[in-house]
Amino acid sequence: MHPILGQFRRMVLYLVAWIPLAALLAFLMTATRAIGLREALALAFPLCFIYAFVCLSAWYPCRVTPLEHTNLAKFVATHLSGAVVATALWVLAGRLLADELAETSSFRGLDHLYTAEIPLLIGTGILFYLLSVAFYYILLGIEASRDAEARVLQASMLAREAELRALKAQVNPHFLFNSLNSISALTGSDPSKAREMCILLGDFLRRTLGLGEKSAIPLREELSLIHAFLAVEKIRFGPRLQMEESVDPQTLGVNVPPLLLQPLVENAVAHGIANLVDGGCIRLSVAFRDGDLSIVVENTFDPEAPLRRRNGVGLANVRQRLEARYGNRAKFGAGANGTSFRVAMEFPAEQEAIAS
Amino acid sequence: MSPEAHRKLRAAIVDDEDLARQVLREYLAPHTDIEIVAECANGFEAVKVVAELKPDLAFLDIQMPKLDGFEVLQLLDPAPAIIFVTAHDNHAIRAFEVHAVDYLLKPVAADRFEAALARVKERLERLPEHRSLHGSSHGSSAADLAASARPPSEYVDRIPVRDGTSVVIIPVAKLDYVEAQDDYVALVSQGKKHLKQQTISSIEAALDPSRFLRIHRSYIVNLERVVRLEPYAKDSYVAVLADRVQLPVSRAGYSRLRGFLDR
Repeated sequence: MHPILGQFRRMVLYLVAWIPLAALLAFLMTATRAIGLREALALAFPLCFIYAFVCLSAWYPCRVTPLEHTNLAKFVATHLSGAVVATALWVLAGRLLADELAETSSFRGLDHLYTAEIPLLIGTGILFYLLSVAFYYILLGIEASRDAEARVLQASMLAREAELRALKAQVNPHFLFNSLNSISALTGSDPSKAREMCILLGDFLRRTLGLGEKSAIPLREELSLIHAFLAVEKIRFGPRLQMEESVDPQTLGVNVPPLLLQPLVENAVAHGIANLVDGGCIRLSVAFRDGDLSIVVENTFDPEAPLRRRNGVGLANVRQRLEARYGNRAKFGAGANGTSFRVAMEFPAEQEAIAS
Repeated sequence: MSPEAHRKLRAAIVDDEDLARQVLREYLAPHTDIEIVAECANGFEAVKVVAELKPDLAFLDIQMPKLDGFEVLQLLDPAPAIIFVTAHDNHAIRAFEVHAVDYLLKPVAADRFEAALARVKERLERLPEHRSLHGSSHGSSAADLAASARPPSEYVDRIPVRDGTSVVIIPVAKLDYVEAQDDYVALVSQGKKHLKQQTISSIEAALDPSRFLRIHRSYIVNLERVVRLEPYAKDSYVAVLADRVQLPVSRAGYSRLRGFLDR
C-alpha cells in the first residue's frame, strides 16, 4: 500500500511540502541570470507539481529493495537508474512546458532560455528524487519498528494468555469434588483417615494457589506438589494407583515453570489410571541431557477406554507454556504406544539463581 | 397399597471408587426396605450383574473404566430405575433424556440422596411392574434412549453390545453394516453379527452421516466398505461390499448413495 497515494489528507500535505521546493528551484533558476523571476516561477511551479507525482513512484523500488537485505551495488543501481529515468522525464516535461509557454505572448523566447536551465534541472531532479527515496526509507523503517512492536506485544499477550489458561485449568474441579466425596465417605468409616485427607488436600490447594504467581520454581517444589496431589488421589484410588519415580538429585535445584508437571500427572490419573479396572502405574523420570532438563511422564492406559473430551487440553497447555518461555529451545512430544501413554519434554536447565 | 409395594427394593451400586460406593452404602444402611444386591467397580461387571440379578434400582457413576454410565445403560434391558451419581454436572441433560430418576452430584448430600430415593419409590409405586419402568409403556426403551442421547454434534466412535452376560465393543471403524431385524438390529463387524435391542433409526442418528448411509429401510452401510453398485432387477440395485456381501438398495437409498459415490 502506497503511504501517500490514495490518502487524500496525506496527498495534500505532500503537495504543500513541495511548494518551498518549487520556490527554491525558481530562485536557483534566476541565479543563472538567463531568465527572470517571472519566467522562473512560471516554470518551477508546474514542473515541481509534475515532479511531485513522479517522485511518488520512488516508493515501489524502495519497498522491493529493503535496506537490510540488499547489497550496495544493487541498491545504488536501482535508485540511480530510478533517479535518471525520473530526471529525464522531468527535463522532457520542462522542454514541452517551455515550448508551450513560448507560444504565448508574455513568455516569447522561453524555449531558448530553457536550454540554459537544463543542467540545473538535472541536478535538482536527481537530488529531489534521492530525497524522496530517503523519505520512503524512513517511512518503511517506522512501519517496520511499529510492526515489530506489535508482534512483540502480541507474543507476550499470547504467552500471558496461555499462562492464565494454564493456571485456570490447574485445579480440576472434578478432582476436588471426587476428593470431597471420598472424605465424606471416610468421615463415617475412618475419621482419622478423613482428617488426613483433608490435610493433604489443604496442603495441595495451598501450594497450587501460592505457585500460580511465580514465574519459576525449583523442581523440588513442583515435585512436592505432585506428591501432595498423588497422596490425595492415592486415598481415592487405593492400590489401583502406583507411582514410580526416578529423579536425578542434581536436577532438584533447576528452575521450572510452576505447575508444569502437575497437569501431566493429573492427566495420567484421570485418563490413565481411572479407566483401568486394576489400575496402573505412573512413571516420572527427570534427568539432564546435553545440558537440558529432560522430563518423561509415562502411564498405563486403556486404548479402548471411552473418550473423554477434556483430553488434550492439558497437553496443549504445557506445550504452549514451554513454547512461550523457551521458544524453539524446548522440545515436547506426547503419544501412545500400546497400553502406555508417554509425554516427553526437554528444555534449557536454568539453575536457581533468582531466589524466588 | 398392594403388598407388592412393600417388598424390599433391590439396589445395585456401580462406581469404580471404593469410597464412593461406601458413601452410598452408608446412606442406604438405615433404609431397611432396600437391599443392596450388588456392588460393581466397572461397566462390564455392571452389565453382567444387572442382567443376572435384575435389581429394581441402580446407582450409576458416569466415568468408569471399560464402559461409561451411559454405555452401561444402553445395555440394560429391561433397565432398572437409574440414579446417576457423578462429580460431573455436564451430563445432567443427557441423564434427563434417558429418563434417569435423578442425578446426584458428588460429594453427595444426605438430604439430596433421600429425595432421590423418595422419587424412586414414587416412580416404582406408580408402575404396576417394577421392571417395566423403562419398558414399551414409555415408548422407546431406556436402552434406545441411552444409545441416541449423546453430546450434541458428536457421533459415537464405538458401540457396546451385550452378548449374554458379556460385553463386546464394536469400534464404528470396524462396523461393516447394520441390519434391522424386528425390535433388534444386527451389527455386522468383521464377518460377525451382533444383535442389539435398538431401533435402526436411533443407530442411524448416532452414526456419523459422512461415513454411514441408510441405503434401505432395513440397512445402514459403512461407505468405506462399498465396492460397487450392481443393477439387480428393474429399478433396483444391490450394494456390493468388500467381502462380497450384497445389500439391497432402495430407490431413495440409491439416489443418496449415488450422491456419495459420485463425489
